[in-house]
Amino acid sequence: MASEPHRSHLLEIEDLVMAFGGLTALMNIQLRVAKGTIRAIIGPNGAGKTTLFNLITGVLSPTEGTIRFNGHVISGQKPHKIAALGISRTFQTVELFDNMTVIENVMVGRHLHISTSFFKCGLGLPAIRSQETAIEAHAMALLDFVGLADKANSMADSLPLGERKILEIGRALATDPLLVCLDEPAAGLNETETETAARLIKAIKDKGITVLLVEHDMKVIMNISDQITVLNYGEKIAEGTPEEIRGNPKVIQAYLGDSIAVV
Amino acid sequence: METISAASQLFQFIVTGLTVGAIYAMVAIGFNIIYNVTEIINLAQGEFVMLGGLIMVFMHVTVGLPMILAFVTAVLLVTLTGMLLDRLAIKPIRQPSVMTLIIATIAASIVIKGTAMLIWGKSPYDLPAFSGRTPIELGGVIIQPQYLWVIGFLVVVTIGLTLFFNRTILGKAMAACADNPDAARLVGINVQYMVLLSFALSAAIGAIAGMTLTPIALMDYDRGAMLAIKGFGAAILGGLGSFSGAVLGGLLIGLIESLGAGFLLSGYKDAYALIVLLLVLFLRPSGIMGNFEVTKFKRF
Amino acid sequence: MLRIRKAPMGVGAIFILLFPWVAERLPAIEHYPDLMVFAGIYCLMTIGMSLLMGYAGQISLGHAAFYGIGAYASGILTTQYNLNPWLCILIGSAAATAVAVVVGAPSLRLRGHYLAMATLAFGIIINIVFREEAEWTGGPDGMGGIPGLDIFGYSFDSIHKYYYLVWIVVAIAFFFTIRLIQSPTGRALRAIHASEAAASAMGIDISRSKIVVFAFSAILASVAGSLYAHYMNFINPSTFDTLFSIKLVIMIALGGMHTIWGAVVGSVLFAFLSFEWLHQFGEYEIVVYGLVLMMVTIYLPEGLVGLPGRIAQRVRR
Repeated sequence: MASEPHRSHLLEIEDLVMAFGGLTALMNIQLRVAKGTIRAIIGPNGAGKTTLFNLITGVLSPTEGTIRFNGHVISGQKPHKIAALGISRTFQTVELFDNMTVIENVMVGRHLHISTSFFKCGLGLPAIRSQETAIEAHAMALLDFVGLADKANSMADSLPLGERKILEIGRALATDPLLVCLDEPAAGLNETETETAARLIKAIKDKGITVLLVEHDMKVIMNISDQITVLNYGEKIAEGTPEEIRGNPKVIQAYLGDSIAVV
Repeated sequence: METISAASQLFQFIVTGLTVGAIYAMVAIGFNIIYNVTEIINLAQGEFVMLGGLIMVFMHVTVGLPMILAFVTAVLLVTLTGMLLDRLAIKPIRQPSVMTLIIATIAASIVIKGTAMLIWGKSPYDLPAFSGRTPIELGGVIIQPQYLWVIGFLVVVTIGLTLFFNRTILGKAMAACADNPDAARLVGINVQYMVLLSFALSAAIGAIAGMTLTPIALMDYDRGAMLAIKGFGAAILGGLGSFSGAVLGGLLIGLIESLGAGFLLSGYKDAYALIVLLLVLFLRPSGIMGNFEVTKFKRF
Repeated sequence: MLRIRKAPMGVGAIFILLFPWVAERLPAIEHYPDLMVFAGIYCLMTIGMSLLMGYAGQISLGHAAFYGIGAYASGILTTQYNLNPWLCILIGSAAATAVAVVVGAPSLRLRGHYLAMATLAFGIIINIVFREEAEWTGGPDGMGGIPGLDIFGYSFDSIHKYYYLVWIVVAIAFFFTIRLIQSPTGRALRAIHASEAAASAMGIDISRSKIVVFAFSAILASVAGSLYAHYMNFINPSTFDTLFSIKLVIMIALGGMHTIWGAVVGSVLFAFLSFEWLHQFGEYEIVVYGLVLMMVTIYLPEGLVGLPGRIAQRVRR
């Protein structure tokens, strides 16, 4: 993908450094993600992938460097502000609202697009009620899109892992994001579930949403990513299309050191 | 002596502050022992102190056991209470969340406090000082011999615990639970036993604090909560989990309280330590010696 | 979905409405409406606590402070400045809100034990202020001469009248809170309880939401305090001490903190326990409370309100 460096980049990361005390988790990271693409971030355990996600979504503030998103500097901002700018995410550990039903989980994702005034809500104004009907319909449509419509009224914690991960993606989409960060969407899933997840990620891209993907399943990565960034020990060691990465000796070295074979 | 000089008055406040601070330090150490193994803050910690004092009074004054024997019996009984607390109030909880654990230790503290009121009533009890009450005068500053006992016990407890956690296999096993319970389980450490042990140890230290405090400040059933929260303030000030921090935090809280009551409003004596606690929690919850990034990633 | 069934509300409303009429005719329970006034005052507080602890997952061990702020605002402003009692209730609520925001903003960033200890310390400090500022509060001896309430010449001067006044206020708070729970705000609170990380990733401003709920519960407690002061006409600091904060926790734990009904059941039950059924224990009742709290934590984590569901589950198996 030969593209102009500025105009079409949704996410731009410059000289990003993240240090925890004496430990440097990310060193001088540069990253540019073009709008409407799927960008995979791969690397052995401890490479700094989740740290990168936490920096992009505002869970952590970088030690140095800036993150720009859609024209805004987002580094150091609070997570909910970043969410409002159009970044949504899932979690490696699957952070669903287990005290709610499936559809309620997705409805929480509409929070940014509705009125949540304390007093209007407490008074039960008609506007709040009609809004509630609307977001329920919206959430149902999203559940339909991800394939969980029939589970809408189940409790979230009753779903098997595969569906939990799908639900988390559905919830992430409910915020109407420009960019979704998916943290290991296929981890722990069987082959069929993995295929479903991969198909879903492609469908998200087809909606025009940019995807940032951390994943270990190389088959998924190679099949659906447009670009791959490889991290190792907090440093970017390679970047390119799946074909370029497959043959990159540095990448093979990093992975063989971790005794995982590249497909 | 017509007028007490400002300097000797200041030193007097410092001496009493350090003594009370040593008590808070022991309470803080008690918090840390349980916290390090379980990440539970035992809100009944102050009740151990109260029980230690009252049982010692009972054994020595009422029953008439010699001081040493009364001391040992009281430590043993309070230790037993600590173990019962773990087994009856904490361990049976099926889904321990922070909130249920807080409520459980509060429940336990109410039960202990209420039982103490049933047994001893509401009046405060005195205990003879360990080596008499003839004050030592040092340049206008009056030092009760009991003050030295308090400081001495703090030193003994600190050195004892340091040796225990660094030199003995049991102590190292407990420290391992603190660092990583899952890994500790994998290498065959009985974590539940370690939790029980932490409650026992923490109760014993609380009892020692109570017994050394009683000759100075009397003891009644209602003292536990305030001692607990000030001890917690000391633990937080020093950085939760750190033993040297607990000692430093305790002494500081004692000093602040004593100087605050001496030079500012004495009615607000109890408030000073709590205001310090709030300020530390708001401004630097990792304490003066703690590492904030580490605290941030603790489970609770 | 989180639908609250209508039937229990109807039954509850009818019960509250008819209770004084029935009690009047049965000598054995003649004095119960008086207990129900206290139950209502507690209920007002536990409704806020339940929202704060059960729904939003934020512990408070210092709510007696807000109860006291309301009571002393009413007491001081009516007796020393001759202000209208209703205005005093408003001023008390405003003061409670201000304190809640100032204390809540830094406190609610803390989690779990830290938050518990911060609120505990806050409660004790405020209680010390009540004791020490004798010029205003009368000190440990308390203050008397607080006027009762009246509106447009109609005076709430009997127990029964005050009973209805208190329970009308409770009903307003109850319905407001029920609506809130079923609304996006309630959903956001439950989201915060389940996962702060995910909630903020969905765009929920966590600290703001927590502060708002904290302030709301503080207002309810303050209004309860004012109602208490105008009912008793006398207040002293020991009513608003830490033990009372803990009693509030006992009420919602006993009733069940995951539903507002738990707050209602818990506070009514507690009022009867402490004024009627455990009365003969005198001050030793705290042992019973401690044991009850321990049992509930271990065997009945959902509180009494969760009991029918639990039994139904057993039977079905």
